[in-house]
Amino acid sequence: MTDTITDPQAEAEIGSAAEPAAEAGLWSDAWKQLRRRPLFLISGTVIVIVLLMALFPSLFTHVDPVTGNLDQSGADPSSDAWFGRDLYGRDVYSRTIHGAGPSLAVGLLATIGTVLVGSLAGLVMGYARGLTDAVLSRIAEIFAGLPFVLGGIVILTTFNKPGEIVPAGRLIAQVVLTIVVLTWPLAMRIMRAAALTAAQQDYVKAARALGAGPLRIMFRHMLPNCLAPVLVYGTIQLGVNIGAEATLSYLGIGLKDPVVSWGVMIAEVQSRIIQMPHALFFPATFLVVTVLAFVMMGDALRDAIDPRGR
Amino acid sequence: MSQPILQVKDLVKHFPITRGVVFQKTVGQVHAVDGVSFDLHPGETLGVVGESGCGKSTLAQVLMRLEPPTSGTVTFDGEDLFAKSGAALKAWRRDMQVVLQDPYTSLNPRKTVGDIVGEPFEIHPEVAPKGERRRKVQELLDVVGLNPEHIRRYPHQFSGGQRQRIGIARALALRPRVIVCDEPVSALDVSIQAQVMNLLGELQTEFGLSYIFIAHDLGVVRHLSDRVAVMYLGKIVETGTSEEIYERATHPYTQALLSSVPVPDPAARGKRETIRLTGDVPSPAAPPSGCRFRTRCPKATDLCAEQEPALAAGPASDHPSACHYAEVYRTLPVPSR
Repeated sequence: MTDTITDPQAEAEIGSAAEPAAEAGLWSDAWKQLRRRPLFLISGTVIVIVLLMALFPSLFTHVDPVTGNLDQSGADPSSDAWFGRDLYGRDVYSRTIHGAGPSLAVGLLATIGTVLVGSLAGLVMGYARGLTDAVLSRIAEIFAGLPFVLGGIVILTTFNKPGEIVPAGRLIAQVVLTIVVLTWPLAMRIMRAAALTAAQQDYVKAARALGAGPLRIMFRHMLPNCLAPVLVYGTIQLGVNIGAEATLSYLGIGLKDPVVSWGVMIAEVQSRIIQMPHALFFPATFLVVTVLAFVMMGDALRDAIDPRGR
Repeated sequence: MSQPILQVKDLVKHFPITRGVVFQKTVGQVHAVDGVSFDLHPGETLGVVGESGCGKSTLAQVLMRLEPPTSGTVTFDGEDLFAKSGAALKAWRRDMQVVLQDPYTSLNPRKTVGDIVGEPFEIHPEVAPKGERRRKVQELLDVVGLNPEHIRRYPHQFSGGQRQRIGIARALALRPRVIVCDEPVSALDVSIQAQVMNLLGELQTEFGLSYIFIAHDLGVVRHLSDRVAVMYLGKIVETGTSEEIYERATHPYTQALLSSVPVPDPAARGKRETIRLTGDVPSPAAPPSGCRFRTRCPKATDLCAEQEPALAAGPASDHPSACHYAEVYRTLPVPSR
């Protein structure tokens, strides 16, 4: 940009006209780069639409997602019900819109929780090493050793007696926490591996020689260099978590009627795919597109925070 | 002579070799630095030379308090360096800085040059008020010969020599009195080496710096050093002024190092006797008895295996040399780069 200008005065003027250089940094440069990436714009648009569906379903539909007409059980898509009707005659379009909220809440919150807990633990372990690392590693192994479905059944049936009606918010929180507790060791291992490498780098030595404290070294120096693998893992995990929510729903211990989620819808229609494929197709498509959008977003973000790729 | 700014006495750093993860068992010690003593005076450059694995970089890390010492004392300005902690340690860091060897890994790839050179001011906010930092960073870039307008670029956009200049600017930011240069030019092209060496020389005059200059090549340090210490397997084997080491070296290891420096004169090629050392450096986990150099020394006798020679001047050596058979052995003069 300013490379071609040789007159120092002209350069100084341009410098002062543009935004102050003090704001230049990894994240602002990454944002500037992201705004021009079609991958980011497309995935961003999809995510915004899905978020709108989750937050304001009334923008898209006024049909009640839970009351149905048994006369119209399994009806094909028509001008009356765009996506057709399910076994109980409920409007699949309305259910898909209303299902975005719980699905996204579980997927996003569980992923954020997993990545936060896992990468914080991994970062501290990679920085501190020694005893901290050994103890936390063993603890993580205990959680990683629990099979997901078995662990989910144990945790969720402990908190909710079979047949008990649980408020939707509490159920969502329980499902999210179950997923976080059972999957954080994965994120931790990825972060720890990256952090162990980063902690040995000369720029960390230089920062320590300058008198930087542990927090500055971990969050300013190590974290930006360890983020890429965890981000990729997080975007993949987001889809897995929406699926995990569906798994728990199918087992009858996760979200369930009258809460609507894509996982609940897919689980419900499993045995009737031939008779009413539309009841599977639409929630599954929304699920796939949403997961894809987050994966693309993660990709774009990973590229953007690597200055070498610019 | 003035009071030394840095006094190192019998500094020892052993790394334990351990087995096991939780219940660790020490099965041996790597003798990385084994009883090193020297003084550094203000405005002086001490060259520390030795092969890979002789403990030079460990010495730098211990001096920078990046690794705890096993034993020994270091005083900085008369104060015990290893007793400092908390605010005193942080304040001392302003006085002593380090330039690391590899300019490709010593700069955080995800930070702009402005962030990297400005970080010392963020850690020590008392040095420069917030509003002045950008100007200070640009001044520093100018001082080390970089374009101050490149403040927003990332390290990968610079060449090796330029990156090393960024590393030097970062070390200079807090106006230290001592800079430890840990092989600052060994990763650079020869032509760039000279530029960086000259820059370090100019900065020394301008800011009155003292350097501990670590290198694995006697030719590199000659240009800058007032005094030179030659290290082998964690110990200093010979030390003296530049002239004493380069003109009248008395330790066979120093002589071997000197004879391996290339001569840029084709006519003189082959006329000089090269002392070729055979074998590798012994493992620092199990150093040889007596003189540590005896396994590769052409002069070694039974005495060398039994008795460790003291680092002292003798009848045949006008400066400290740790050899039972120290004597001047003339090789061709080493060119200065």
